[in-house]
Amino acid sequence: MNFDFSDEQKQMRDEARKFLSEQCPPKAVREVLDGKAPYDKALWKGLAEMGFLGVAIPEQFGGAGAGHLELCVIAEEMGRALAPVPFSSTVYLAAEPLLIAGSDAQKQKWLPKIASGDAIGTLALFEGKGNPSPKAITVTANGGVLNGVKKPVPDGAIADFAVVAARTGSSGRESDISLFIVDLKAGGVEIKSLTNIDLTRGQAEITFKDAKAEPLGAAGEGWSVITQVLDRAAVLMAFEQVGGADRALEMGRDYALDRIAFGRPIGSFQAVKHMLADMYVSATLARSNCYYGAWALSTNAGELPEAAAAARISATQAFQHCAKNNIQVHGGMGFTWEFDCHMYYRRANAVALGLGSLSYWEDALIDRMRKKNAA
Amino acid sequence: MNFDDTPQEAAFRAEAKAWIAANAPKQYEDELRKASLGRVALKGANILEVAKAWQKKKADAGWACLHWPKEYGGRGSSPIERVIWQQEEGPFGRLSSMFIIGHGMCGPTMMAFAGEEQKRRYLPPLASGEKIWCQLFSEPAGGSDVAGLRTRAEKRGDEWVINGQKIWTSGAHYSDYGILLTRTDPTVAKHKGLTMFFLDMKSPGVEVRPIKQASGASDFNEVYFTDVRIPDTQRLGNVNDGWNVSLTTLMNERMSIGAGVATGFPELFDFCNSLMLEDGPAIENRAVRSKLANWAVKASGLKYTSMRAISALSRGERPGPDNSIGKLVAGSMIQDVATYALDLQGAAGTLSGPEDAEVAGKFQAMLLRAPGTRVEGGTDEIMRNIIAERVLGLPGDIRVDKDVPFNKIPTKGRA
Repeated sequence: MNFDFSDEQKQMRDEARKFLSEQCPPKAVREVLDGKAPYDKALWKGLAEMGFLGVAIPEQFGGAGAGHLELCVIAEEMGRALAPVPFSSTVYLAAEPLLIAGSDAQKQKWLPKIASGDAIGTLALFEGKGNPSPKAITVTANGGVLNGVKKPVPDGAIADFAVVAARTGSSGRESDISLFIVDLKAGGVEIKSLTNIDLTRGQAEITFKDAKAEPLGAAGEGWSVITQVLDRAAVLMAFEQVGGADRALEMGRDYALDRIAFGRPIGSFQAVKHMLADMYVSATLARSNCYYGAWALSTNAGELPEAAAAARISATQAFQHCAKNNIQVHGGMGFTWEFDCHMYYRRANAVALGLGSLSYWEDALIDRMRKKNAA
Repeated sequence: MNFDDTPQEAAFRAEAKAWIAANAPKQYEDELRKASLGRVALKGANILEVAKAWQKKKADAGWACLHWPKEYGGRGSSPIERVIWQQEEGPFGRLSSMFIIGHGMCGPTMMAFAGEEQKRRYLPPLASGEKIWCQLFSEPAGGSDVAGLRTRAEKRGDEWVINGQKIWTSGAHYSDYGILLTRTDPTVAKHKGLTMFFLDMKSPGVEVRPIKQASGASDFNEVYFTDVRIPDTQRLGNVNDGWNVSLTTLMNERMSIGAGVATGFPELFDFCNSLMLEDGPAIENRAVRSKLANWAVKASGLKYTSMRAISALSRGERPGPDNSIGKLVAGSMIQDVATYALDLQGAAGTLSGPEDAEVAGKFQAMLLRAPGTRVEGGTDEIMRNIIAERVLGLPGDIRVDKDVPFNKIPTKGRA
């Protein structure tokens, strides 16, 4: 048994960490946080040059052809650095549905551009409040055009194309939903930026008015693809969350060692020590669940649905737990704009909702465990 | 990343599996499988006898104390082989609970500090379960502060005379030998005046009194020493160096990686699958599902954390302080799980008789045993200190008595 990443994969993680610590220091994140740029374009280009954007894209489509374990390793570092780039929307939410359901021509058209950083993609799934559900989709596709409103769409204002879930039937079943690729720079598309709690990652409202749409995958199979995409993204996002949780813990630990109060480093008080120990425990449990998710994802195992939900829940809890207690360790300073704690707190709480809420995944996990037990 | 054995590991597993299939006491398999939280009772059989017989059989065939050297009754196995054995032994491993302290802590301490002749005399019968050992460290005034102990050892010629009291001694009532930490010099700082011995528990002056626990069971004892004589040849380590000797013992405790810790989750999941609430099956209730999911990811997180640790072992790394996570998380989880399982039953949740209680009173038993799990072998607070200090590198607790002679340390908080 080797329930760990290989030496090569760990080397890749070190490379990504080094690259991001140089190219994406907190100062760079703040450029986007302060609204000076919608995302870090230089970093995006750099990530492409390092081969990180196409790490799981096959070589024939311009990627590195490594695999999903390698992508997990990169994802962790992206989360740790709070990279202000449309990585998760482009790589997990747009490239993955193309890999699962795209025709050769579609893959040939978009995947090389994703790998080279020339195209930003996203998934337009949600329509207002609520969790992923075929019933919630009202955007219609008829005669090759889309009509309706999607929001929030992650990185929607900077994306070049979107994978859109739309209604193509009225049977009341999952088979009513189909997927489409829409060129967001073409006519019939109106995009409005929305403010959100994570200022380092944009959200948008996209209105389609007879927008031209190209089917992705077979008609009526959209929901099945969405489910697979969400499971894969849940694992990848969980690695981002674990990276963020780890960094928040590290910040709290460092501050507790540096800050003196009552004549001692505050990290020598049990109340603070124990809070940090609990952060470590939650981050470790999440990491272990993520490793199982990574194994299931990379081997396309039947366990993936259950493993993805477990990784998602565990990592969401860990990141939220570590981010909020990092502020607590920092005391008043942690609540100021100039300390970086709030950036992790914002990201932790935004990323917790991006693929459906915690309660949605809790529900999904128990459903999946029951099915496995019944089988 | 994979779950596969190496060829050598696979060969070892196959050998172990075959031997267990041919030799394990299968008539008790079902009862052992259903036992939870150390509550093992075999109908119509004395558990101690069954356990000793299984251990002896293992020892005769070379499957006892796998990681010990062969000359002391072991097999000289690698840590990973030990884990594979635990996985394959499965529910039969539950028969080993009374040997854990002897095998995990007393044996390794003897190996490090006893004379060669003593090792050859005492270790093989310990490995084979013919003799059971206990560990006499804790005292009523000690708690987590083990070095605060007061049991005295005074030198008289070639012997030491022991007076004092120990507490929380697991299995002292059926133990043949014990390792004993005593105070030999009260005029120096508390860690510096301790000395370790081993002794025959049947020695004159040793009195064992079982403690009735909150759960009603009696797993632990008080042990009183009145002018007990121990020959100097049974001293382990140097005089006044007992603290270092005990650290060896405790370090070895950490080496014993379990194949899995009890969390109560599988039991709760099964229970919620079968339990009918007013508005339908419990498993379909949204609030219940949310609770279950939270515990599910803790249980799986622990499981995969231990797999990561096993992977590190198989690469030849030593187990780290990460092992503290298992007990810390599982201890309070099992308490919460049991509380919740009773809550789901409403007023009937108070009933604990096997005929009246759901699942034969399993959750009630869990509830009453769980507080001990959070205390024994290091409290939740000590576990958090270990993680904070040894993993995160935070400063140790302030110890105001560190350099004070033991006999000058205050013993009462309020005058």
